[in-house]
Amino acid sequence: MSAITHHYRTAGGVLLFVATACTRAADARPADAGVVTLAGSTSIQPFAERWAEEYDGGRVIVQSGGSTAGIKAAHDGTADIGMSSRTLQPAESKGLIETVVARDGIAIIVHAGNPVRALSLGQLQGIYAGSIRNWNAVGGRDLPITVITREDGSGTRDAFEQFVMGPTHEITATALVTAYSGGLRKMVSQDPGAIGYVTFSQLNTQVHSLAIDGISPSEPAIASGKYRLQRPFVFLTRGAPTGAALQFIAFVLSDTGQRVARAQGLAPVALQ
Amino acid sequence: MTVPRLFAPRAAQRVAMSVMWAATAVTVGLLLFIIGFVLRRGFGTLSWEFLFASPRHSGALGGILPTVVSTIYVSAAAVIVAAPLGVAAAVYLAEYTRESRLTRVIRSGTEALAGIPSIIFGLFGFAFFVTTLGMGWSVLSGGLTLGLMILPTVIRTSEEALRAVPRHYRDVAQSLGASKWQSIRSVVLPAAAPGVMTGVVLGIGRAVSETAAVIFTAGVALKMPFSPFDSARTMSVHFYTLTMEGISDDMAYGTASVLVVTILLINLGAYAAMNRLTRRYR
Amino acid sequence: MMMIARARRWVATTHLSDGVIERCLLFAALSAVTTLVLITLFILREGLPVIFDRGPMAFLGGVKWAPSRGHFGLLPMIAGTAVVTLGALVIGLPLGLAGAIALAELAPPRARRLLKPMIELLAGIPSVVYGFIGMEILVPFIRERGTLGGPGYSALAASIILGIMVLPTIIGISIDALEAVPRSYRDGSRALGATQWQTITGVVLPAARNGIVAAVILGMGRAVGETMAVIMVAGNAVQFPGSLLAPVRTLTANIALEMSYATGAHAQALFATGIVLFILSLALNGIAGRVRAVRKVAAA
Repeated sequence: MSAITHHYRTAGGVLLFVATACTRAADARPADAGVVTLAGSTSIQPFAERWAEEYDGGRVIVQSGGSTAGIKAAHDGTADIGMSSRTLQPAESKGLIETVVARDGIAIIVHAGNPVRALSLGQLQGIYAGSIRNWNAVGGRDLPITVITREDGSGTRDAFEQFVMGPTHEITATALVTAYSGGLRKMVSQDPGAIGYVTFSQLNTQVHSLAIDGISPSEPAIASGKYRLQRPFVFLTRGAPTGAALQFIAFVLSDTGQRVARAQGLAPVALQ
Repeated sequence: MTVPRLFAPRAAQRVAMSVMWAATAVTVGLLLFIIGFVLRRGFGTLSWEFLFASPRHSGALGGILPTVVSTIYVSAAAVIVAAPLGVAAAVYLAEYTRESRLTRVIRSGTEALAGIPSIIFGLFGFAFFVTTLGMGWSVLSGGLTLGLMILPTVIRTSEEALRAVPRHYRDVAQSLGASKWQSIRSVVLPAAAPGVMTGVVLGIGRAVSETAAVIFTAGVALKMPFSPFDSARTMSVHFYTLTMEGISDDMAYGTASVLVVTILLINLGAYAAMNRLTRRYR
Repeated sequence: MMMIARARRWVATTHLSDGVIERCLLFAALSAVTTLVLITLFILREGLPVIFDRGPMAFLGGVKWAPSRGHFGLLPMIAGTAVVTLGALVIGLPLGLAGAIALAELAPPRARRLLKPMIELLAGIPSVVYGFIGMEILVPFIRERGTLGGPGYSALAASIILGIMVLPTIIGISIDALEAVPRSYRDGSRALGATQWQTITGVVLPAARNGIVAAVILGMGRAVGETMAVIMVAGNAVQFPGSLLAPVRTLTANIALEMSYATGAHAQALFATGIVLFILSLALNGIAGRVRAVRKVAAA
């Protein structure tokens, strides 16, 4: 055989090999024995990573992407478990089984030096809608309010808009936008005039949480349902969970898993 | 055309030149400040343990080993794509053609590709590699995307290196009976190797510092990648995440220091190679 | 092991005809063009539907961006990109041009050999590090010192950081332009009695004008395409920047902020933003290329 034919044959063989490797790997990924892939809400992501650290029943891979992407990933099987931190719309939940694994409160935070400690829901709405612009209008210092929000598409923002803004009001266009909840907290901790919202588990000593309509966010208040700004963390599976995914979910719902959750600031699944 | 003489020319010149030098000092000073700022705060975190330990608590504790490995994998994948393609393209442009409409199209295409923002590469990589080809968030998707991104750099530098090889190298080889390809393969390419290496090394530097293109193609999974189809978080993505989430200032500075030192070494290496090349042909 | 030895022998001894080789190399040379075409196709495929659905005017001219409610107006982001890019040039052009003049005309060769690589090193620093420095130093500075207030995350912060980031581009290409001016121009000017500075301003700069314009345009392209550093310091508010101290959102930030979350029409809108960005950078690159070409012809 001439050198050229030999050359083309080798090239063809290599291409064939690569092609089969690609397709093999493409099926192999989610169905790999013992490997569980989660994708979705960035709010749930750090907890999923902690659960994955404590889990010793196999390999767990956690991707972010946001609640909406997590729902989609559960639908098309890109991930074994989709993570959502917001309630699903009826069209989205078709064919999916939702398992609540924890509950999360949304805390309203301000700079540690801000004397304001409580707001009514109406005031909070006014601040975020842009109609209340200065802290002195709600009992604070003469300081312009810096409104900070998560980005459009975030499950946390979605939950905030549902509870606080309602269907009629929108978050002002002048609000600073960040895609990271830890980052939002950091921004609030550095700007004396800032206000923001984060998941309850993200609270630390660098920021203060506000009481809304008289109720402060705390583990008992969230667990009992009294603090109304809360949302469920949901694991989504296409149909009932099976195999490695089932094992992982069982771990998360077990005493150990729930203990890990509470240690991180989440409220357990059952209303206390 | 005559400019009215408000100031004596020599005095004006002294002032003007001081301003020019001041501007240069500001520019260089900024560079030194940035590097110094990052290294000073990150120095305390740097240690062998930092480099070789695994991260815990989303990166707040422990080390950055998976990100280092991920960076190496993704860069290696990018080079495997860009180096052969880029050098081959450069060989074609430098050795096989005269200036024609075809070469003008190739050059404009390459220049245009060089100017495309990295986020567009990220979008493309996501739409093409991750979604359409079904590779998912993986080292492969990230490496292929980055490879296409650094391709213009490799082509440009390699072509310059090839053109710098004196004509007589080729003439002598061919007069000894070698075919065109043989003369290129055995004589010209080895002679141009330092310049080509410089281009590849500069490309690696770009790949290491890239974030926007990588985050949407290689993903953010903070785990050791075991196969090219695994998701991988590179050092720059890890640094970005640490910073934006406010996870840990120490870890952020430490990661940034590793990044900056790596880039410094890469650029120094590229310059060393470039100097070897120019000295040879001076 | 045997396979590797066989492969080596094959590479060393195979005499592929030059025609085959040339075709393979041509294929490789077209790879950059092919990639460009592929990118264009994919971005268009994902983004065009939404543009036609709502009409290009509504898309480009719409003042509201709220994808989850169906508003896809890009105008605030276009304004944001414009303001921040101009601001970057205000800082980058004087500093850059001055630095280029110093290095190309005033510096002795040894200083140039040391300083030029250092400035190119600025280009190698990851953009996330620039953004980080902006977050840690510049933003608090603006917030606390700005007598007009503002959260610190602002068009000003983005302009300053971007201005620094485009310096290597502007300096590098300007130096090339200055060095391309023939010695005879300078010699002639000096022979007529002009000082070195008069020569630079009166003769060299005008002669290098096209190259410097190209440098500025390419610097603009770099600023327009920058993503990470801008996300970290600009504030990303979806509004027209009323002042330099107000937070802004650029086209690039628009894509990167919401990309991970977006599905369906929202994702398509982000790809559509990508189309705008793509066209913008192609245009800037094209103009810079033309300007440079004119220079080459004129200097011949």
